Amino acid sequence: MKSSLYGFLFAMWILILLGGGIMVTLLGPFSIQQFGDFNWILASGIKVLIALVLVTIWILILLKLKNWMFKKEIKF
Amino acid sequence: MTELILPAVISCIVAFVVVFAMTPPLIKFLEKRNMAVKDMNKKENVMVVRPGGISIIVGIVMSELVLYAFLQLNEILAMLITTTAAFVIGYIDDRKVMGGWFKPVALALAAIPIIALGAYDTDLAFPLFGTVQIPVLYLALIIFMIPITGNTINSIDVLNGVASGFMVIASFSLSICLFIMQNYEIAIVSLPLGFVSLAFYKYHKIPSRIFPGDSGALTLGAMYGSIAIIGGVEIIAAIALLPAVINSFLFLSSVKKIVEHRQIKGKPVEHTNDFRLKATTDKSAPITLVRLILAGGPLSEKQVGFAIFKLTIFSGILAIITAFLMDVIL
Repeated sequence: MKSSLYGFLFAMWILILLGGGIMVTLLGPFSIQQFGDFNWILASGIKVLIALVLVTIWILILLKLKNWMFKKEIKF
Repeated sequence: MTELILPAVISCIVAFVVVFAMTPPLIKFLEKRNMAVKDMNKKENVMVVRPGGISIIVGIVMSELVLYAFLQLNEILAMLITTTAAFVIGYIDDRKVMGGWFKPVALALAAIPIIALGAYDTDLAFPLFGTVQIPVLYLALIIFMIPITGNTINSIDVLNGVASGFMVIASFSLSICLFIMQNYEIAIVSLPLGFVSLAFYKYHKIPSRIFPGDSGALTLGAMYGSIAIIGGVEIIAAIALLPAVINSFLFLSSVKKIVEHRQIKGKPVEHTNDFRLKATTDKSAPITLVRLILAGGPLSEKQVGFAIFKLTIFSGILAIITAFLMDVIL
């Protein structure tokens, strides 16, 4: 069990690194030019939306991983 | 750098000595007032006083005021106000049982001084890939960070010495990361957290003479979260905190709602005849880090505590590796 926990910790770390990479790649260069004064607000809103989607995907992957790694030990 | 050595040394000594010297009289004071709760993991009817958060906050405030006298950083003030607010929130919860939403909402409000004093940078730095500028999203991150770190530390405060011992390892790992990233001023600001936790661990370790209570756990967690924000090391701080994050994640994913631990009916851990801890077979009980550690078989409270500390050292090493990777861009 304890080795599974270390494995889960390591997997979370890798997911954080990969998630960060995707976030920088997707959100970093993102900008909107066509809406004048609203550019900043629109760009921020879309960035928030993308970030929320990424976080949701991250949590779903983590849930799958948790079920896969710990289901044998605890019948839940 | 050399001019920072003196304030660093003085603040660390103040942080350690204040908590170390103040906690025994606090224990006597709380005993006289009968402010004690049953230690659920002891065979005998052992009563332990709380909240130890009082000596923790005094140690933090005094050591950080020393640092403020030397450095006069807005960041110190912001962190101090947020941490003190978290202590007050925890103290209210120690004295009066509040609903499950009270602490997250109140802690979100406690984060406002960091925004008001502008003690943050809107760039979120990731290892290997660089930074991303997210002005609006970052404000939301600040508001969420303090409740998350506060409640995460609170949720791991389940066994003698675990919360304080965990904070010793996590906060010193964070300080090392800040030094590696050459953010010396905030590194020094972060050091008292480790020394306060270390001094408190002396009385909190098994068998506990005092519990930190919500006031202590939220104070430690909020200070940790504040340092992550003012130091611009949010990702590294999250990595150093991973065992506690896993605990909260497992708990929330099994309970599927924000709820106070005391409101949960099924207990994740039971006791053997010789009062060692064992994982419950109750399917309605929440999944926690301790329950997973015990899935391999019963262990003593001390053994479970050390298993958590080993996991924290592992995540601390991952955080330090991440700090080195911050300078590497693919």
